[in-house]
Amino acid sequence: MNVLSALVRRLLQLIGVMIGIAIVSFLMVHLAPGDPVSLLAGDRTNPAVIAGIRHQYGLDLPLWRQFIVYVGNLMHGDIGRSLRFQQPVAELIVRFMWPTLFLTGYVLCLAIPSTMALAVIAARRPGGFADQTIRAIGIVGLAIPVFWLGIMMSRLFGVTLGWFPVSGYGVGVGDHLYHLFLPALSTAIWLVPVLTQSLRAALIDGTNADFVTAARAQSASEREIFWKTILPNSVLPTLNLLGVMVAFLIGGAIIVEIVYAVPGLGSLMIGALLGRDYYVVQGLALVFAMATVAVTLIVDLLTAFIDPRVRV
Amino acid sequence: MMNIDPDPIPIRGFRPTVSNAIAIAILGGWLIVALAARQLAPYDPDAVDILNMLAPPGATHWFGTDQVGRDVFSRVLFAARVDVFLCVSGVLPPLLIGTGVGLVSGYFGGAIDGLFMRIYDLFVAFPFFVLVLAIVGVLGPGLVNFVIALTLVGWVSYARLIRAQVLSIRETEYVQAARCLGYSPAVIVTRHVLPNAIGPVIAYAMSDAVLVMLAGASFGFLGMGAQPPNAEWGVMIADGQAFVQQAWWICLFPGLAAVSLGLGFAFLGDGIGQIQRRQVTA
Repeated sequence: MNVLSALVRRLLQLIGVMIGIAIVSFLMVHLAPGDPVSLLAGDRTNPAVIAGIRHQYGLDLPLWRQFIVYVGNLMHGDIGRSLRFQQPVAELIVRFMWPTLFLTGYVLCLAIPSTMALAVIAARRPGGFADQTIRAIGIVGLAIPVFWLGIMMSRLFGVTLGWFPVSGYGVGVGDHLYHLFLPALSTAIWLVPVLTQSLRAALIDGTNADFVTAARAQSASEREIFWKTILPNSVLPTLNLLGVMVAFLIGGAIIVEIVYAVPGLGSLMIGALLGRDYYVVQGLALVFAMATVAVTLIVDLLTAFIDPRVRV
Repeated sequence: MMNIDPDPIPIRGFRPTVSNAIAIAILGGWLIVALAARQLAPYDPDAVDILNMLAPPGATHWFGTDQVGRDVFSRVLFAARVDVFLCVSGVLPPLLIGTGVGLVSGYFGGAIDGLFMRIYDLFVAFPFFVLVLAIVGVLGPGLVNFVIALTLVGWVSYARLIRAQVLSIRETEYVQAARCLGYSPAVIVTRHVLPNAIGPVIAYAMSDAVLVMLAGASFGFLGMGAQPPNAEWGVMIADGQAFVQQAWWICLFPGLAAVSLGLGFAFLGDGIGQIQRRQVTA
C-alpha cells in the first residue's frame, strides 16, 4: 500500500473522529442541568425576556436542528460566543493561546534532552545502581501533585531564594523563558519519568537486536552502533508515547497555569468553568480535542518518515 | 507466547518484592488512618482556634495550625478518608465497566467491537483532564460528580487494555480446547479468558489510582472536587496557598500526604509489574 492511500485512509478516519468530537462537545452543553440563559439573564428575569434570549441564541429549536446549526457554525470557524466576555470564543482562545503553547514547547525542550540522557544512562547497565535510582526517582516524580510541587517550588525558589518570579508571563521571549521556568520545570518533572521508562525499555530491547549483532559483525564501533543503529530504532515507541502524553500535558498545563497565574488557556478554562460560561468550556474542549488529533496525526507522519516500514 | 498456563496466575506464587512490601505498608497505614481518623486525630479537624492562628509546627500542633487555627495534622488525617475513598471509587467502577466491555468486545468481535473501537478513537481524542474537567464543570462541582465524570471517561482505557489481551488469549490452545469441550461462551470468558487477561489491568489500575488521587486533589485544589470546609488534601493546599509565605506548613503536609499515598500505589503497581515480567520470562 502506498503512502498516499494510507494517508487518505487516515484522514477519513480522522473526519469520523472529528464528527464525534463535535457531537460530544455539543451534547456537553445541551445535556447540562441548568439553563445557561437564566444564568446570563439572572434568575428573576421576566420569562418573556428569557424566551427572547433563547430565540436569539436558537435554543428554542429542536436538538437536532441546533446541532446542524452548530456544525454549520463550526464550518465557518465559529465555535460559539462567550456569555461572560461577550466575545467570540475563537478570539478568546487566540488571545489566551500563546502562553500555553509557549509553556508546552518549553516543557518539551526541558523534557526531551533529560529523557534522552537519563534513558541512555539507565539502559547502559539494566538493573545497575544508576538504573534503579533513576527508576525510583521516576516513581516519586509520578506521585507528586503538580500543583503542590508548583506552590512549594515558587515558595522556595521564588520567595525564599528569590531566583525566579512566582507568577505571570512577562514580556518578550527572554522574559517568558524566565517567568515560565518554574511552571515548565514542575510539569517536566512529571513527564520525564514516563518517557524515560519507555525509551529505556526500547534501548535495552534494541541492544539485543539482530541488526546490532550484524553491525558489530561489520566491525562498527560501539559509539557508531549506538547513535546510528540502536537509538534511531528505539525512539519510535517513545515518540508515539509523547504524542499520547501531549494530551496529558495540556491537562498538566491547566493546573500549572493556575498555580503560577499564567494567563493561558488553562486559566481561561477554569475561569469559564467556575463562571459557568459553558460555550467557552465547549469551545475549549473542542479545540483541545482537535489539537490532540492533529498531534496524533503529526506523530503518525513522523513515524512513517523515520521508519519506512511503518505505513500508517 | 505468554500465558500458556490456563490457571489464573497473577496471585499464585506471590512473592512480595521490596517494592510490594513498602507499598503494602504505606497503603495499609493510610487505610487504617482513613478508618480510624476520629480516634487518631488529636483535635477536632474543624475546631476553630483564633488564639492559635498560623502556629508553626511544634509539640502541641505537630503540623502547625492554619489561618483559622485548625490543627493541620488532624485535618490531614481526616482528609485521608476523602482521598482514600476517592482512589477506590475512582478506580473500581471504570475497572469493572471497562473489563466487561473489553471482554465482550474482544471475545465476540464483530459490530460490538467496531462500535467500541469508534468510541475509543473518540475518547482518546479528548485530553483526559480536559474531558473530566468539562463534565464536572457541566454537572457542577463536587465529589460525586467528579467520580461520575471519572467513570464516564476512565472505563475506555480499561476496556482497550483488556480487549487487546483477549484478542491474543482467544486464539490460545486452552481456549480452543474449552470451546471444543462445549463450554458456553459465558463460562469460557469468565473462567478461562478473564483470569489470564486481568494481570496487566491490575498493574494499570495501580497507576490509575495514582492518577485518580492526583486528579482528585487537583480538582479539590481548583474548587471543582471536594468542597471546603471539608478536609481534603487538595482543598487544604488551596486554602493554604494564600498564606504560603508566612505559613508553609499548611501546604506542605497535605502535599506530602498525597505524595506518600501516590507512592504506595505506584510502588504496588511497580511490584506487580515486576512479578508479571518475571512470570513471563520464567
